Amino acid sequence: MKIFVCVKQIPDPNTVESKLDPATKRLVRTGVSLVLDPGDETTIAAAIKLRDSLGNSELTAISMGPASAQEALRRALAMGVDRAILISDSALAGSDVLGTARTLAAALKRENPDLIFCSTESTDGYTGMVPGAIAEFLGLPQLTFAREINVEGTKAVIKRVTQTGYEVVESPLPAVVTIASGSFEAIYPTMKGIMSARKKPFSQLSLSDLGLDPSQVGEAGAREQVLSIGKAEARAAGQIIKDEGNAAEIIADFLQRHQLL
Amino acid sequence: MDFSLNEEQLAIRNTCREFAEQEIKPRAEEMDRTGEFPYDLIRKMGELGLLGLPFPEEYGGAGADFLSYCIAIEEIARGDAAVAITMEAHTSLGAMPFYLFGTKEQKERYLPPLASGQQLWAFGMTEPEAGSDAGNPRTRAVLRDGHWHINGSKAFITNAGTDISGGVTITAVTGTRPDGRSEITNLIVPRGTPGYIIGNPYRKMGWRASDTRPLTFEDCQVPEENVLGQRGEGFKQFMQILDGGRVAIAALSVGLAQACLDEALSYAKQRRQFGQPISKFQAIQMKLADMAMEIELARLMYYKAAWLQMQGKPYSAEASMAKLFASETAKRAADQAVQIHGGYGFMDEYPVSRYWRNVKVNEIGEGTSEVQRLIIAKHLGC
Repeated sequence: MKIFVCVKQIPDPNTVESKLDPATKRLVRTGVSLVLDPGDETTIAAAIKLRDSLGNSELTAISMGPASAQEALRRALAMGVDRAILISDSALAGSDVLGTARTLAAALKRENPDLIFCSTESTDGYTGMVPGAIAEFLGLPQLTFAREINVEGTKAVIKRVTQTGYEVVESPLPAVVTIASGSFEAIYPTMKGIMSARKKPFSQLSLSDLGLDPSQVGEAGAREQVLSIGKAEARAAGQIIKDEGNAAEIIADFLQRHQLL
Repeated sequence: MDFSLNEEQLAIRNTCREFAEQEIKPRAEEMDRTGEFPYDLIRKMGELGLLGLPFPEEYGGAGADFLSYCIAIEEIARGDAAVAITMEAHTSLGAMPFYLFGTKEQKERYLPPLASGQQLWAFGMTEPEAGSDAGNPRTRAVLRDGHWHINGSKAFITNAGTDISGGVTITAVTGTRPDGRSEITNLIVPRGTPGYIIGNPYRKMGWRASDTRPLTFEDCQVPEENVLGQRGEGFKQFMQILDGGRVAIAALSVGLAQACLDEALSYAKQRRQFGQPISKFQAIQMKLADMAMEIELARLMYYKAAWLQMQGKPYSAEASMAKLFASETAKRAADQAVQIHGGYGFMDEYPVSRYWRNVKVNEIGEGTSEVQRLIIAKHLGC
């Protein structure tokens, strides 16, 4: 099986205080340390697990980003991914969800994938819309919030996380599947993986390789516009319940209202 | 001259740093308190390939260079010195002799389980009465009927007594050389050999979760072919083993010193006295600046010694300089880290108290500071 995992390089959420540029209204990405999205690391772990259980399968990591994104892909290779594709082109700068998904879908289409893994959302932008858009561009079914995934014959079967538990959902292959955060244990790159990462196939594609027109992507093709940015509201103070014999009831009501019970 | 690390060296450093931060550091206090050997951590390190870093893939290693291995030791030591010494003693002293001097059969037989971390191996050189005078062991081995009959004892041996220890390679006197000096041969003694007695673990000031024991050999018999490499090469072999080990111990010291600086800096920034963080006082700043400077210098020195080793150039003097300077740097760093913490630094809840206890042996193990100075002086022509 040909399995793909879409990954992204982002400002290190553990060391970088995220800043927004008031002029461009975008996340500042220069002068900060960049890492493979930690969310993608668990998605890679899920994909590796499936590849190993299926046997006779190849796992490819694919990313759209500047040249520096190859470091994120090298980490994916060190973790055990078999091959990597980087789509890099100056015309891609400023791509919105639509442009990003269009680009990734164009590259994926050339590969005839059986299964495409994505994280539910990135740890920097958090739109959570790219996987759905990729599925749409490719005309593939999409399985979301998977906490477990298996392939049975020509079907993908997942356990889809819900607010109260999970539902079992299946779809024919090929399909796009998003992994629910925290469902798989992150894995470290192995030392052998690090030493062999540079020997694994790594290809770099430009827009012309994909047959895309610069007007369809990047700043030029963006349909999304950030109108304004503002500070998130400070978290409101908690509610203190004085027990006058009915505290348990009030707490139970509160939990139920928030669908926690 | 290029001081930058290559892609693999950087990736190994970053992965080890993450592993130490997430898996080792949170357990360090408990490991120190209980002194229990962290089998699960060692198993995980084996799975990641950390216990066979500098050995080629054909023997199950990761095929990393010597500097990468030392950098890994530094990062693991930043998490915990006891875990780092377990990794260092296993790699530099346990497995490396097989790789450097073993016959093809010995490498094929012993290295793969060691490189994967399924087994640990020890090196037995120090004796109750042969410490710095390691070229004068009392342990004797006599060849009779195709077997070496070993009698003697070893002291302060790391990794010999864990549940996954495969055995020990020991130095023993096997005869007299034509010049009248002792002929020393290194012998491979698998665990379970009758007459090989593993003593109880020592109670130690630091490095508590590492396995350190006395070993006794009472007419312990191993087959004639259990000579590591060639008979009579023992002295030359262990001098070479110690050179490599010293660079790794320098790296371990730098990791421990860095941990001292990390703790002291973060404490100095949040501890307030006289209305401001104590990091704003020059008295504290001088200490932190000195720590940072010495750590950087110690790191550069072990990088250089490792680089010389990788170039196949002589590096014995540089290895001693690196080990000496790094271990003394770490001792000063631990001392100042406790001082910056004031009374809290004397309390066991604060990691610097543990660092202070852990650091002392860095000036003793794998050649005391005094022996390092003698080696350097010898290279000066004294």
